Amino acid sequence: MRALRVVSPLAALGLWYLLTAHDVVFFLRFDRFPGPGEVLSELGRQVSTGVYWQDLAQSLVRILTGFLLAAVLGGLLGAAVARSRWAGHLLLPLFELARPVPAIALVPIAILLFPGNEQGIVFITFTAAFFPILVSTRHAVRALPTVWEDAVRTLGGGRPRVLRSVLLPGILPGVFGGLSVGMGVAWICLISAEMISGQFGVGYRTWSSYTIVDYPGVIVGIITIGLLGFLTSGAVELLGRRATRWLPSEARS
Amino acid sequence: MTLLLDAVTLAYRDRPVLEGVDLEIRTGEILVIAGASGCGKSTLLRALAGLLPVTSGRLLDRGEPVRGPSADRALMFQDDALLPWRSARRNVELPLAIRGMPRAERTSRADEWLARVGLAGLELRLPRDLSGGQRQRVQLARVLAGGPRAVLMDEPFGALDPQTRREMQRLLVEVWNAETTVVFVTHDVEEALTLGDRVAVLGGGGLADLVEIPLPRTSADPSLRARVLTALGAPALETT
Repeated sequence: MRALRVVSPLAALGLWYLLTAHDVVFFLRFDRFPGPGEVLSELGRQVSTGVYWQDLAQSLVRILTGFLLAAVLGGLLGAAVARSRWAGHLLLPLFELARPVPAIALVPIAILLFPGNEQGIVFITFTAAFFPILVSTRHAVRALPTVWEDAVRTLGGGRPRVLRSVLLPGILPGVFGGLSVGMGVAWICLISAEMISGQFGVGYRTWSSYTIVDYPGVIVGIITIGLLGFLTSGAVELLGRRATRWLPSEARS
Repeated sequence: MTLLLDAVTLAYRDRPVLEGVDLEIRTGEILVIAGASGCGKSTLLRALAGLLPVTSGRLLDRGEPVRGPSADRALMFQDDALLPWRSARRNVELPLAIRGMPRAERTSRADEWLARVGLAGLELRLPRDLSGGQRQRVQLARVLAGGPRAVLMDEPFGALDPQTRREMQRLLVEVWNAETTVVFVTHDVEEALTLGDRVAVLGGGGLADLVEIPLPRTSADPSLRARVLTALGAPALETT
């Protein structure tokens, strides 16, 4: 039964091969589209060059910097606006105004504001991941049953103890939902920002391959981006599962 | 005297629930608070715990006004009050950790308590892997491990089947020591008569009756039962 799971990817691969090998043109044009063989040999060529790994490392550093900043600030501010009325009244209106703006629309602002390209791209990535993490943290704090906090307080626990022993572990399932979404959006915005204004990075390389008519290089870039997204999302998911092992089995994803 | 209520009025969401309650809770007694649903039993208990401020009147703990929760007055809930990410042992360790007891000492203390409530060998289980009765045993161990002066129990055995419930009542009397005051909320008359040194019946927005139950607890006089039932029934008739 599980063997069925290889059918659809293999079928797609076969279709890709057939369409490109016969230069099929029927509204969609496969005559200039690289086939699996070309892409594979291009991938083999690229992984033996320093540039490929340099781009990959550059994109990873950017995503991790932006994402970690967003995780820390989004988590802290999300908890603050949920716990404190003061913080809520002070900060929420600004967040609600800024949230609908897609982070990628901030590229011109990032270029204006930041002295270098690098900080601008990290800023875009950060903004993309920040809001999903903030919102899910805020919801998680508000959805926390009060009985745990009441129990800890009547056992003599003060505010720091409640934060450490109830709030932090209690909101992790919700927060990890936001981290997963945040990681996805962060990749979208990172790749777009690199395509627009990067000098290195997988997104930049993919777009510049296109402009120099290196189509197999484009596909290699796309595959690399997919792989990086898969690995980083997988890492978030793995951490999330470890942190929420206590959930009843039906609530675990 | 441990806890004193002097003309206490309590409100829930701005609506008065109890008015003008005078009650003296003696050190080391088991005081049962009985009454129909919605009569303000839990509200009164939350006020005693310091989680709900009194609207008017005075609520004193050893002569000092109650201003907030304290380890002296530990609250035990009906269900799901264990921290689900902590094992049974780590839940029982909680009040000891709050007090700053070193890890090795609090672990052995927690295991002692778990053994006392009949859970030896289940120290590492998470709450989700324990039965409802076992979870309440852990909760009992957790409130008692902190050595509070008073334990406030909010229908702690209300969600259990009758047999487990009787076992838990026996266990409570067994592990309870005469220095700890117990305030026990229930709507079950049998439970009230089995456990209580005194039964305070709430109804009609205040204290309807206060019944002394002579020892031994297990053989309550039928006339006392009738009195508690009348106290419980009379306000119910008034409100319907």
